[in-house]
Amino acid sequence: MSSTITLPDNPPVLKAESKNLDFYYSDFKALKGVSMPVYENRVTALIGPSGCGKSTYLRCFNRMHDLYPGHRYDGKIELHPDDVDILDASVDPIEVRMRISMVFQKPNPFPKSIFENVAYGLRVRGEKSTTYIEDKVEAALKAAAIWNEVKDRIGEPATNLSGGQQQRLCIARSLATDPEIILFDEPTSALDPIATGSIEELISEIKSKVTILIVTHNMQQAARVSDFVAYMYLGEMVEYGQTSDIFMKPKRQETEDYITGRFG
Amino acid sequence: MSEKHLSSQFDSELGAVSTRVMELGGLVESQIRQAIYALSQFSVEVADQVTGTEARVNAMEVDIDRELSSIIARRQPTARDLRLLIAISKATANLERVGDEAAKIARMVRSIIQSGAPRSLPSLELRVAADLASGLLRKALDAFARLDTAAALAILKEDDLIDKEFDGFVRKLITYMMEDPRMISPSLDLLFLAKAIERIGDHAKNISELIIYIVKGADIRHAPMAKIESVVK
Repeated sequence: MSSTITLPDNPPVLKAESKNLDFYYSDFKALKGVSMPVYENRVTALIGPSGCGKSTYLRCFNRMHDLYPGHRYDGKIELHPDDVDILDASVDPIEVRMRISMVFQKPNPFPKSIFENVAYGLRVRGEKSTTYIEDKVEAALKAAAIWNEVKDRIGEPATNLSGGQQQRLCIARSLATDPEIILFDEPTSALDPIATGSIEELISEIKSKVTILIVTHNMQQAARVSDFVAYMYLGEMVEYGQTSDIFMKPKRQETEDYITGRFG
Repeated sequence: MSEKHLSSQFDSELGAVSTRVMELGGLVESQIRQAIYALSQFSVEVADQVTGTEARVNAMEVDIDRELSSIIARRQPTARDLRLLIAISKATANLERVGDEAAKIARMVRSIIQSGAPRSLPSLELRVAADLASGLLRKALDAFARLDTAAALAILKEDDLIDKEFDGFVRKLITYMMEDPRMISPSLDLLFLAKAIERIGDHAKNISELIIYIVKGADIRHAPMAKIESVVK
């Protein structure tokens, strides 16, 4: 049994919480009253069939939807410990994205060197000290388990790396700015099984530093990496619980039908 | 719940392995019936038939285990499917043990016949317990096939009856042994035989607990009856 599904003795601490969250793509209501906790230093997985709203929900956490007109949030996402509602209009989305970063489905390194990719967030923040940046980049690359592979070619274009390496580089880029939460939107769906395994391993390792929210189409992946699972369908949260409970004995029939492959 | 998976192949694999368990159950049940018959008729021939079936029971257990491993490896079952497969694995082990107990009864019957003292012992009184035990196993298999938790609960309660029969029988055997020391050796055989019958009841009980595990997802082993009743309700 994986150690990721057994909780340590200390109870989990609330890191963020969506409260009665609705989301509209213009007239279309994509999320319907979603309330869910996100616990600190834990992996929470969002599962559900295509179009259920899990990616929409994930993107609310770093205000990605602000980039398009006509999108509207209703309800709250509170970030703890300062209890700030990150959806509030007075909160700067750039500030939110500093605290909550994102890793996408397809690795998307910038057309820059490996080093500059990871240094980018620090430079955007106005960090000038070369030694500080170098230390941070090295630490982030080490934390993302890619340092040994790139330390001798750190000036090369990031696009020379393999898909799995590029994705780990993107994780390093996220880690470099010390975010509180990292959002993963199907981070391994473009990768082969070996690269997928290394990303999953990495997720289990970095959760001691950061809180993780992950969307995955791969149910076994959710079972392997997460501590908590939320099953969504048609924009609603059907069931939320500890991963071991959801996969062994879900409370709702809809959840059971989905995870046992009877739904469709 | 919708009974069918998106993969009909998965459905047929689960169906096939469930059928195999029922076949194994049927075979073991007939072993017990034969063993009881051998006991009541003091028939060495029938006792030999019981031990003859053992190899088939063992082979079926190995087959079912192989099928289970293959399904788990290829389908990564979850929730109810996973519980069903775990339960089948345990039920199979229990049934194989019931087969062993039937063979043990057959061996004791032979030993008692060879001792030359069969008629002077209260062996016929074991019929009651033996019929209870084999009836319990049949009910457990029926309940397993239909995933009937109410029937499973009834079996858990009934197993106590066999235990009481067993205790009463032991007291009676002791009086026989005290009256005539020559009866000690065949009485001990009869005691082992009674113990084997009592164990069959325990296996039926284990299978009933598995039915509740499959359907309700609750592990009620070692739980007090009040707790079990509240789970089943």
